[in-house]
Amino acid sequence: MERREAQWGFLFISPWIIGLAVFYAFPIVASLLLTFFDASLTGAERNFTFIGLDNWIRFFNDPMAWKALGVTVRFTLLTLPVGIFVPLAVALVLNSKALVAPGLFRVLWFLPYVIPFVAGIIGWLGVIGQNGPLNTLIELFGVQDAPLWTNDPGLIYPALVLMGIWGIGSAIVVYLSGLGGVPTELYEAAMVDGAGWWASLRHITLPMITPVIFYNLILGVAGSLQYFLVPQVLNGGNGNPEGSTLFFNIYLFKSFFTYQDPSYGATLAWVLFLITLGLSLILFGTQKRWVYYAGGDR
Amino acid sequence: MSAAQELSAEAVVAERTESRRRISTRRRILVTLGVATLTFLFFAPLFNLAATSVKDPDQVYAAGAPLYPARPKQVEVDGKDRPVVRVPQADGTFMEMVLVKPGRQESVLADPADVSKTIVWQGSWRTLENAWEFSATLNNYGEVWKLLDYPRLLLNTIIIAVVGTIGTVVSCVLVAYGFARLKFPGRGKLFQVMVATIFIPGTVTLIPTYMLFLNLGWVNTWLPLLVPTFLANAFDVFLIRQYMMTIPREHDEAAQIEGAGPWQILRDVIIPQSWPVIIAVTVFHFVYSWNDYFGPLIYLSTKPELQTLGIGLSRFSDQYNARVGFPEAATIMTLAIPVVLFILFQRYFVRGVVVTGVDK
Repeated sequence: MERREAQWGFLFISPWIIGLAVFYAFPIVASLLLTFFDASLTGAERNFTFIGLDNWIRFFNDPMAWKALGVTVRFTLLTLPVGIFVPLAVALVLNSKALVAPGLFRVLWFLPYVIPFVAGIIGWLGVIGQNGPLNTLIELFGVQDAPLWTNDPGLIYPALVLMGIWGIGSAIVVYLSGLGGVPTELYEAAMVDGAGWWASLRHITLPMITPVIFYNLILGVAGSLQYFLVPQVLNGGNGNPEGSTLFFNIYLFKSFFTYQDPSYGATLAWVLFLITLGLSLILFGTQKRWVYYAGGDR
Repeated sequence: MSAAQELSAEAVVAERTESRRRISTRRRILVTLGVATLTFLFFAPLFNLAATSVKDPDQVYAAGAPLYPARPKQVEVDGKDRPVVRVPQADGTFMEMVLVKPGRQESVLADPADVSKTIVWQGSWRTLENAWEFSATLNNYGEVWKLLDYPRLLLNTIIIAVVGTIGTVVSCVLVAYGFARLKFPGRGKLFQVMVATIFIPGTVTLIPTYMLFLNLGWVNTWLPLLVPTFLANAFDVFLIRQYMMTIPREHDEAAQIEGAGPWQILRDVIIPQSWPVIIAVTVFHFVYSWNDYFGPLIYLSTKPELQTLGIGLSRFSDQYNARVGFPEAATIMTLAIPVVLFILFQRYFVRGVVVTGVDK
């Protein structure tokens, strides 16, 4: 009986087992192996030579790769706080008891999440573009020659953050469900003690939702380090203006698809994977200091 | 529910209403107005897209044109269309007048309501601004429909999304059922491995996966986008499994006593009770597939006739970025379907995000 059940069990999960083998186990091992080989993608001379650590040494001496890594890290430092705190602020306001029709506003703030990001880019470019409403507004205040955001190395990152702002819907929903889980008795007790809005936020709400903040932080770090699609669509990955949009994954993508070098591409992928893994482990290590799990240690 | 529980539930409701009443009306108006303003700004790109998409191209380059779709106001005088201009008044306001006879020193203006009443205005007509009236055109949509090859891209996108959604739902329901209900050695460990795969960045697996599809001859076909969906994915399996865990086991056991095997239990007991999560995964995957850009970008790059709306839109907006109104109309045509689906199924969406986001 139990053996039969186990057989059925493996039969039911077999699609995922095959997927795990073909789309995770094989490619991870293969891409790690690739980093130690010189391989060509296609063509007549299909070579596959073991070259030891040459790809890794090449990475350490590749100024372009380090520059691209710097771009990704700089952008992450800017976009991460926005990605964590803007949805939190929105969720706090949407959770306010003083808000009329909260259900409608929650639906509206989630809605752009389902809009294709290419549409989001075109939409926000329209707003911040040369003849767009934002520059019309800026010119109304007497500023001549309002800036062209996407051509200015100092303004391109805020522009990119704005173009991604429609993706905050899922983080808002996750925060809202976290806020809904804070026991009301805590607020009532605080009110009896004479705590105001700020004190309640600082001493009850924020500590109680630290697990959700932590969750969004982990996802945010991984997501921003992988940043690729928006710059790719915005300028085809040409790095303009002045190399400020040559992100690490744009460089990886080029190494593989443009320069047809799968082994160096795989090396870059592993570099980013190891950085992501390291940062995640560090963040998990800090968890004890600031993340509060109401249900005890997990 | 017992009488005592019912009573306490009533007390809680009463208390909540009481605490809500304590909030002053002024504060409510302020908070709601503030949120409404922010919401308006959040949607500014959408309004701007919609407005630009129905504008006549001439308006975009005209000086002093309003942000809403409009055309220069004109009035017929003696069988000829004459522009309506805004004439500055002594008190700083403007008056709309018909410019009947423009001149450098003085111009003849008429009352738009009665064009026979004319006055002579001192000043160059060139200093006068045009008056605009609301005017929308759907011409851009018609042109984009043809230029973008919209019907083909739409059909491609729908086929890929529908087949991929079927693959995802079928495979993920099977796998989730295996993890939720059947005992087999290593189940816990395998489930952990599955959840861990969610955190593996796609770039690590990208290159060998691409080379695999290349060697299979699948690049420039839909197969790399469709076949993997039939092999389940961690995210949706997790979502469905969490839901199935909440279905009481007594239902399975009753069916088991009647001699039903795992297959019948899934079909007759579990699936009928899992519709909310199945609908959630269906809409999730459909929208995911609709919005997927990376897959079509790398696997369909040299085959325009197989591409999807997202890729088509990106290419089109580069090609026609000088033709204001075209990219905007194409964008509205691309985002309309996921937005309508979201409005129809919004409660399933929100529930899905909550389950995957917090219970993890």
